[in-house]
Amino acid sequence: MVQYNFKKITVVPNGKDFVDIILSRTQRKTPTVVHKGYAISRLRQFYMRKVKYTQQNFHEKLSTIIDEFPRLDDIHPFYGDLLHVLYNKDHYKLALGQINTARNLISKIAKDYVKLLKYGDSLYRCKCLKVAALGRMCTVIKRIAPSLAYLEQIRQHMARLPSIDPNTRTILICGYPNVGKSSFINKITRADVDVQPYAFTTKSLFVGHTDYKYLRYQVIDTPGILDRPFEDRNIIEMCSITALAHLRAAVLFFLDISGSCGYSIAQQAALFHSIKSLFLNKPLIIVCNKTDLQPLEGISEEDKKLVMEMKAEAMKTVIGQGGEPTDNLGVLLTMSTLTEEGVIAVKNAACERLLDQRVELKMKSKKINDCLNRFHVAIPKPRDQKERPPCIPQAVLEAKAKEAAAKEKRKTERDLEDENGGAGVYSASLKKNYILANDEWKEDIMPEIMDGHNVYDFIDPDILHRLEELEQEDGLRQAEEDDDDFEIDGKELTPEEQQALAEIRKKKSLLIQQHRVKKSTAESRPIVPRKFDKDRRFTTKRMGRQLSSLGLDPTLAINRARSQSRGRKRVRSPDRGADDVMDMDVDTPNKKLRIQSRSRSRSKSRPPGEVVPGEGFKDSTQKIKAVKLAKKSAKKRNKDARRGEADRVIPTLRPKHLFSGKRSTGKTDRR
Amino acid sequence: MRMKKCWFCSSTIYPGHGIQFVRNDVKIFRFCRSKCHKNFKMKRNPRKVKWTKAYRRLHGKDMTQDSTFEFERKRNRPERYDRNVTENTLKAIKTIDKVRSRREAKHIERRKKGKKAQQTIEAVKELEQSISLVKAPAFLRVDPSLTLPKIMVKVSQGQESQSQRMEE
Repeated sequence: MVQYNFKKITVVPNGKDFVDIILSRTQRKTPTVVHKGYAISRLRQFYMRKVKYTQQNFHEKLSTIIDEFPRLDDIHPFYGDLLHVLYNKDHYKLALGQINTARNLISKIAKDYVKLLKYGDSLYRCKCLKVAALGRMCTVIKRIAPSLAYLEQIRQHMARLPSIDPNTRTILICGYPNVGKSSFINKITRADVDVQPYAFTTKSLFVGHTDYKYLRYQVIDTPGILDRPFEDRNIIEMCSITALAHLRAAVLFFLDISGSCGYSIAQQAALFHSIKSLFLNKPLIIVCNKTDLQPLEGISEEDKKLVMEMKAEAMKTVIGQGGEPTDNLGVLLTMSTLTEEGVIAVKNAACERLLDQRVELKMKSKKINDCLNRFHVAIPKPRDQKERPPCIPQAVLEAKAKEAAAKEKRKTERDLEDENGGAGVYSASLKKNYILANDEWKEDIMPEIMDGHNVYDFIDPDILHRLEELEQEDGLRQAEEDDDDFEIDGKELTPEEQQALAEIRKKKSLLIQQHRVKKSTAESRPIVPRKFDKDRRFTTKRMGRQLSSLGLDPTLAINRARSQSRGRKRVRSPDRGADDVMDMDVDTPNKKLRIQSRSRSRSKSRPPGEVVPGEGFKDSTQKIKAVKLAKKSAKKRNKDARRGEADRVIPTLRPKHLFSGKRSTGKTDRR
Repeated sequence: MRMKKCWFCSSTIYPGHGIQFVRNDVKIFRFCRSKCHKNFKMKRNPRKVKWTKAYRRLHGKDMTQDSTFEFERKRNRPERYDRNVTENTLKAIKTIDKVRSRREAKHIERRKKGKKAQQTIEAVKELEQSISLVKAPAFLRVDPSLTLPKIMVKVSQGQESQSQRMEE
């Protein structure tokens, strides 16, 4: 139904965007490549397609706009009038009319240019025609840009209108500004209407929903109406007038008895009489609000008379509907939205009246006969004359009686808060209702942190007991520790023993070192035969020394070793023969003698820089320098594995690793 | 208000300090200061970083098991407030702290000086076992003390004198 789906109207783009959208779509969706060498019919077809495509898109979009916006004559008169009040019917129609003409203009343009294109004779001419066509269409749209903007604004506003169903059960609230209409609707529905002390806080219609007897009722809150001649009313007031005029609803006319809205009862009564023509055929209830400030009985005589007049008018509507003309029907009701007394009563009365009226109407119409035929309420026939009233247990009756008797309001926390200065000033004591072993402890503040620990982690009802155990354990431990300290001083080594221990450790480390040396050079170390023993490790003297250091007498061992050793070779006399062979012989005894001499273990060497007279050095610095130079050159030769200065042997003239292979970068002409 | 432990160095995080990092598997890491946070971001293992409690406990530098630790335990059932219990608890916290710190100090002291006793025992044993390296068994039978052998040098004048052993 159109009247609900104002939210479903598509967005109206503004002029520029509209043109952009359509033109870019044309560019994307039609072929773009054309060359002047194509056949002329193909060229013409290409450009005609573009023109037609653009026209179609414009037509489509403008049509959707025209169709989606509601026609004010076709929708429910309530909405029609509401839209007229808000947007001015003429302006609205004009805008839509402009869109329509634009659409027609574009169609005409397209038709004309397609006709012209049929006779285009070159690519260039066809292209110019197409450009002209598209340009003219876009100009048309640019001209209606203000209408498009206006329609977009209307669309946005319409989407935000409250969704009011004109045909369902409705309750309408009207009255002067600030009488308490919005507070009432806040109380009975879940609507959250702004309530402020200034007039015209509510600027438009607001809808809330409430339930009564399993039926849903719409409650419409209107902006306040002032007592003015009809022509002088502003848009906001016209909204409420429209609602009153067109909606078939129960009307609640709010009256502020206390006058705190700023208007007297006389003024409000005047308003009532000026709009009472709108209340025809609608169940009317006059509600006196703000009775907490001023009860109904307390007002002056004149005011009372005015109120009674209003009540009389209201009664007329009741009689008009064929209802009972009694006071108890609730045509005039009092309530206070602040203290909430009477609010529910008002709502129930309004709902009841409305329901009755609607049922009556339905009964009078023809449709009801179809329904009536279909259902039948069965009433059981009484089988005898015995009375069977409802059975209520005694306890329930007593409880009800007690409740009715002792009906005092319980003091809530909220009341307490109000008493003590309101929300910001008073903070409720959360510990008030604690159940503790001793009531004095209620306001205690318990520390949560102490000395870097969380106190909650330590809390234990039997903590004292455990603490005692701990102390005992601690005492025992102390005693043990003292014993321990005492024992440790028992063992000590005497200095001689320490000496022995040091000696042992030295020997052990020596053994380990030797073993390590042997291990590392095991394969490359030659085993020296005894005659080349330059370290002199295998002498009887040494053995003797070692044995005696162990504490044994070595003489026996030495004698045995000497007796078993090989005897020295006899030295041949030097004057045996005089041949060349002799030279060898001459040399060897000398050699032997030298080996055997050992008068000195080491020849005394001169200090390195000492100048020997025959050598030819000036002084020791020169000699040192000379020695250094010699050593330096020797080093270089040694590195090259040359035996001396004269050794110019190259073992391999062209080693393969230097003379073969490619280089990763560069040339290989140098090797 | 509850004080938590830093994940890296295990010190207590007082209110208003540190950073809390929540990982995608909903594990929460709390750090007491940016030093710990930065170390964590470098993916360092606190068990290998010398100054953290985790390292110290793992390597036995600090006391790990003790009955004083059982007093401090997170309790999940709330207890009804009782003024006497609270008073006792507060006093108890102080004494427990004292006991615990005393025990920790003792532990560290013991750790530092413990070696000496062990070393003397080992030394005695070594001496006993390896005395044969410096003293011949024959000599040991004669002079059973665990000292270096005294060398008897026979002087030609016929006097017996004892001299100290010559170093090699």
